[in-house]
Amino acid sequence: MRKLFKDYEVRQYVVQVIFSVTFAFSCTMFELIIFEILGVLNSSSRYFHWKLNLCVILLILVFMVPFYIGYFVVSNIRLLHRQKLLFACVVWLTFMYFFWKLGDPFPILSPKHGILSIEQLISRVGVIGVTLMALLSGFGAVNCPYTYMSYFLRNVTDADILALERRLLQTMDMIVSKKKRIAVAHRTMFQRGEVHNRPTGFWGMIKSVTTSVPGSENLSLIQQEVDALEELSRQLFLETADLHATKERIEYSKTFQGKYFNFLGYFFSIYCVWKIFMATINIVFDRVGKTDPVTRGIEITVNYLGIQFDVKFWSQHISFILVGIIIVTSIRGLLITLTKFFYAISSSKSSNVIVLLLAQIMGMYFVSSVLLIRMSMPPEYRTIITEVLGELQFNFYHRWFDVIFLVSALSSILFLYLAHKQAPEKHMAL
Amino acid sequence: MAALDRVKVLVLGDSGVGKSSLVHLLCHNQVLGNPSWTVGCSVDVRIHDYKEGTPEEKTYYIELWDVGGSVGSATSVKSTRAVFYNLLNGIILVHDLTNKKSSQNLYRWSLEALNRDVAPTGVLVTNGDYDREQFSDNQIPLLVIGTKLDQIPETKRNEVLTRTAFLAEDFNAEEINLDCTNPRYLAAGSSNAVKLSRFFDKVIEKRYFLRDGNQIPGFSERKRFGGGTLKSLHYD
Repeated sequence: MRKLFKDYEVRQYVVQVIFSVTFAFSCTMFELIIFEILGVLNSSSRYFHWKLNLCVILLILVFMVPFYIGYFVVSNIRLLHRQKLLFACVVWLTFMYFFWKLGDPFPILSPKHGILSIEQLISRVGVIGVTLMALLSGFGAVNCPYTYMSYFLRNVTDADILALERRLLQTMDMIVSKKKRIAVAHRTMFQRGEVHNRPTGFWGMIKSVTTSVPGSENLSLIQQEVDALEELSRQLFLETADLHATKERIEYSKTFQGKYFNFLGYFFSIYCVWKIFMATINIVFDRVGKTDPVTRGIEITVNYLGIQFDVKFWSQHISFILVGIIIVTSIRGLLITLTKFFYAISSSKSSNVIVLLLAQIMGMYFVSSVLLIRMSMPPEYRTIITEVLGELQFNFYHRWFDVIFLVSALSSILFLYLAHKQAPEKHMAL
Repeated sequence: MAALDRVKVLVLGDSGVGKSSLVHLLCHNQVLGNPSWTVGCSVDVRIHDYKEGTPEEKTYYIELWDVGGSVGSATSVKSTRAVFYNLLNGIILVHDLTNKKSSQNLYRWSLEALNRDVAPTGVLVTNGDYDREQFSDNQIPLLVIGTKLDQIPETKRNEVLTRTAFLAEDFNAEEINLDCTNPRYLAAGSSNAVKLSRFFDKVIEKRYFLRDGNQIPGFSERKRFGGGTLKSLHYD
């Protein structure tokens, strides 16, 4: 948390507590999965812990965090200072209403359960979380090779940067000189005692035709020019920053670390393409994977390569390692992405809201990744998750994930392509 | 208006402390109605009467360059910002009185601006740590301004003000504490206005009235020369 807000203090103690609690419970969920595979602890106590954990997380995610978000957002708006609590409750109720409505179009529920049961809540949280996961993975799958591979790096020379900087400074000079003129004009008007510069009434208009003050008309013209120049200077600054960043990346790619990442980038791109391909196949052929990769991999090796080894023993260990890796990398990826994103938009006003949003997103992400992880585990271990989470239609979630993943990946490809195309053209024009 | 006639003062500080509001207040004597994030750099001009009230009174244009961004940015952003640090004549360091970290970051801001010739690709002479010796030697006038004074409750005001007094002393600079949404703090004749006017006078003096008439060399160049030979430029 300290790293997220290096420059601002998150003062409210409550916010920090909520964030830490959410994170802690999410991690315990993952620990329980790992314990499941390893066979640590008694089976019934595991079941109990699962239930407890799930209840607490849902409680926090659905009740407490939205309420606090509403509270802090409302307290930021100065008008509603008086009845903060009342408005916070109103916001929270709206949230609950939409949350409930979310469940209707999806074929998630079986009519057996009551209103406030765990299954209902999980199903909705799951939907939101899965959407989020798929969006992030889709974008990450495309962005990752793009960032790492130096094939995409445009060539930037020092001369380019210098030319752009010179243009920027020239623009700033023009802005300064125009502002000086405006300031002088304001001062002379002030000294002559003219307070108003807009003639009123009929006679005023006639007078203004004949004896127009030359300053005021020019002023508005100059002011417009200044605004346009300021906009230009902002654009130039952003472009310069972009060029500097690209140059830094080029230098980085020449180092050993850079080369290593470049190499990884090729692997990743192949993996991402494969994932997109699989997602398409899943949707087109309406198929949901029944067996997990581990068992399938072992089957393939056993059948084709004729190697005999103890399936049960190895599958347990391999699936443990695989699940562990998936968990760790997804947590790490999520935290890094969110850190970068929130660091870019953080400000002292909204730090509380941002931390709470972060906690909310993280909680939903973890819950839904538990749902989806079920697919990667061999059938023996799936039972406990199925038991605890009730009769959710898991297949639906997988389908939904694939759809959103595909959509997000394709749109980010399109977006990056456009961005990449646009930039070299801009530089050619200079 | 030749390039030699400019008096350039940088306004530095963390994101969101109120630099844009401050600059608007200084230049237009009005409160900024809709502050928004500054992308890049925004410049404004203040007309200042040097040695007001004396026969030597002369009018100067002081350019206040308000550079946006945070001190922990990536190296590429820092090197982009460095283009604005050329030929500067004075620095106003702005920090938020309600946020202690913004005042701690001022050390890094001042180092970034003053060491402009050495960073970003070279090695910082001082390895980034604060060194009081540098600031006592420094030729460029500094002013420390604390904003959002109205948001501090009366009870805490004293301890905050003692802390900022130490800060200003470290920089060997004057300090002003105010609230950018209230022009009363800079009303003519108040002690704040006097300090401000003295600061601008000092900037103009250092800029124009040197013995040999040359531009003051950069801060880091003196470090390179070992800090010995160029001390004679100190104007008293």
